[in-house]
Amino acid sequence: MDFELNEEQRLLEDSLARLLADHYGFDKRRTYLAEPEGWSRALWSQYAELGLLGLPFAESHGGFGGGPTDIMLVMEAFGRVLALEPYLATVVLAGTALRLAGNETQKSAMLPQISAGEMILAFAHGERQARYDLSDVVTTAKRRSGGWVLDGAKSVVLHGDSAQQLVVSARVSGQRDDTDGITLFLVDSGATGLARRFYPMRDGTRAAEISLSSVEVSADAVLGAVGAAFPVIDRVVEAGIAATAAEAVGAMEAMQSMTLEYLKTRQQFGRPIGDYQVLQHRASEMLMELERGRSMAMLAAMTLEEPNAAERAHNIAMAKVGVGQASKFVAQNAIQLHGGIGMTEEYAVGHYFRRCMVIEHMFGDTAHHLSRLADTVS
Amino acid sequence: MDLRYTAEELAFREELRAFFRDNLPADIRERMRLGHAPSKEDTVTWQRILNRQGWAAYSWPKEYGGPGWSPVQRMIFLEENQLAPAPEVSGFNITMIGPVLIQFGTEEQRQRFLPRAANIDDWWCQGFSEPGAGSDLAALKTAARRDGDHYVINGQKIWTSTAHHADWCFCLVRTDPHAKKRQEGISFLLVDMKTPGITVRPIISIDGSHHLNEVFFDDVAVPLSLRVGEENRGWDVAKFLLGHERTGIARLGKSKERVKFARDAAHEMRANGRPLIEDPGFRQRVAQLEVDIKALEITQMRVVCAHDRSREGRPDPLSSVLKVKGTELLQATTELAMDVGGPLSMPDWAQELAALSNEPELGPVWAAEATRSYLFLRAASIYGGTNEIQKNIVSKAVLGL
Ligand SMILES: Cc1cc2nc3c(=O)[nH]c(=O)nc-3n(C[C@H](O)[C@H](O)[C@H](O)COP(=O)(O)OP(=O)(O)OC[C@H]3O[C@@H](n4cnc5c(N)ncnc54)[C@H](O)[C@@H]3O)c2cc1C
Repeated sequence: MDFELNEEQRLLEDSLARLLADHYGFDKRRTYLAEPEGWSRALWSQYAELGLLGLPFAESHGGFGGGPTDIMLVMEAFGRVLALEPYLATVVLAGTALRLAGNETQKSAMLPQISAGEMILAFAHGERQARYDLSDVVTTAKRRSGGWVLDGAKSVVLHGDSAQQLVVSARVSGQRDDTDGITLFLVDSGATGLARRFYPMRDGTRAAEISLSSVEVSADAVLGAVGAAFPVIDRVVEAGIAATAAEAVGAMEAMQSMTLEYLKTRQQFGRPIGDYQVLQHRASEMLMELERGRSMAMLAAMTLEEPNAAERAHNIAMAKVGVGQASKFVAQNAIQLHGGIGMTEEYAVGHYFRRCMVIEHMFGDTAHHLSRLADTVS
Repeated sequence: MDLRYTAEELAFREELRAFFRDNLPADIRERMRLGHAPSKEDTVTWQRILNRQGWAAYSWPKEYGGPGWSPVQRMIFLEENQLAPAPEVSGFNITMIGPVLIQFGTEEQRQRFLPRAANIDDWWCQGFSEPGAGSDLAALKTAARRDGDHYVINGQKIWTSTAHHADWCFCLVRTDPHAKKRQEGISFLLVDMKTPGITVRPIISIDGSHHLNEVFFDDVAVPLSLRVGEENRGWDVAKFLLGHERTGIARLGKSKERVKFARDAAHEMRANGRPLIEDPGFRQRVAQLEVDIKALEITQMRVVCAHDRSREGRPDPLSSVLKVKGTELLQATTELAMDVGGPLSMPDWAQELAALSNEPELGPVWAAEATRSYLFLRAASIYGGTNEIQKNIVSKAVLGL
């Protein structure tokens, strides 16, 4: 057992905290939201300089050979300030797919570019009809003259608007829900036949609906083994769950401290509302939930590299449930204890609330993962 | 003891259903079904249709333009209206200012305002809360100083719902800053929103909508004749207003309608390779909500039937029970609808649609609207007296603690 950070991790945490303290005040964040892509390209370059963008990649690919704990630290810090940049989409999701399934040519072509901040990627897997079912893929890929032709549509592709390259899943054989028969492709977002429509999510981050109509890609666009991408998709999603769990912990910390501050300063009936025991208890419960969430986010991070797939899946599902429930409790009560002011767009707490809400509905919600766990009870 | 409705009550319900079926405009019904917040236009249109029938002022006695219904009939009306689903009549007009004028107003005030409130010719808003006076409403500072036959108001209100639509505002103002008890220096005034010196500033809420406002008063002149009740006795009026109406508080019809909508939508969505409606976890959650709705429904009927016999017009601490439980259910049922949509509930499709109105729909509007109303209804446990304050009332007034 060891929950201590090593020297490098502490340095990473400190320098990132300093960068974000300087650049991610709530008002500054508004200006990033108002940028064309809804995030800051300038900060993205700074993340590259700090080494964040190559964190999980091998040094031979311009990375730093970091692990899940490092990603956890970064995501927690991002959660505290509600960072808008496409780190999850590019480094965590698409990055994991490349790292696990890419061949040497693909990795050495793309990972250094990601690390240098020169390439934004998105993971285009979810489909309109699938809800949370990972193997529900009806987008098809058919062989044609040495390459492939893709047809179908991808839904709620995070940062699909900014991405130059998309990691697209498509079915090469089998039926709608089969885990076999799915392949990942690297597709240029400007490819002929690919159309994107952009929109903001409820938390202000951007996403896209993507349609593919006879999109041709070459044979070397295949990422990993043909027809055998499901285990990779599973691991990408696990990495996404671990990362957003940490992000939610950061967001919970922020809500907890904002609420605490408010309880001490807001006066009603001639005294701070924090004098009321019912609110003291509620704040204590929020802290307990935050700590539950933190433990579960650590579980997720520390389990990501567990080789036993069943055990990994089990722990990740537990973490998703624990963090989902914790962040809902903290977020709902953060608004409640603020009263009317918590309901306003001008005040930060509602933005944290919505980020946690969006995280809850990514990669399977609490009910989805609880039912997966229930299936394993014997 | 008999849980069944009487034959007359059942016939009454049928009459309402038939009327709603034949008279609720299809486009309004569809917008409500998809979960949109009713627009001002839809609210006005529907309330006027109801008013032609004599039903808009559903809780008022006949002599003032209401249908003279019993509390049980009012409850049935509200539920059927919510289940239709139709826009709800303006609470400010019908359950707040109307009953206040009937109870405390002068005959002149009643003649002038009641028919217009029923027909929503005047859109009313409620100017109670202030930045420093939320749960502690009696801390309000907005001052009204007498000047001849007028009051002159200076100060600020906040969280004033739909003030930007409003023609009139009923306000609590401080008329005696020196009163021994804070509650004794407050008066209840009717303010024409067109009076010079009033500024309305929007507050955007976390659901992205403009519902809330700040209202600033800068030397706003209000004739003395627009005070309701005696000077410095406005607190009694406010207490009556906040506590007298119990049938509407729980909004059970709305919760029922949301569960029904979520069940229907769950046939179209998937979980673990089959329709969500077949998912055991989902079914349990729905079943639990239906148990909770049923329990509150019976409690509400008990309260309403007791109301039939006694306490007419007096505040009842049991309204706090209905408020807390009703808002918890409203929040849980809108959350259910949002969760059915899953990832499709997270995009804010509408923003894009507004910009590109000739494009096909980006994604299911109902899912985005479910999330919008989930977000807005976080406020249901805050407005009208927070749920913490409601529990304080129960512990003091019911439990004697
Ligand atoms: C969507 C919305 C619509 C509204 N519409 C209107 C309107 O049209 N007109 C109008 O006048 N007002 C309106 N309000 C205002 C509403 O009535 C107040 O927000 C509410 O009374 C709470 O006041 P506050 O926001 O100042 O919170 P506060 O009173 O500051 O409360 C903050 C927190 O402290 C808790 N608290 C306070 N006192 C105690 C106590 N003694 N014991 C335990 N806990 C306590 C509260 O429960 C809450 O959790 C609206 C509010 C919202 C959010």
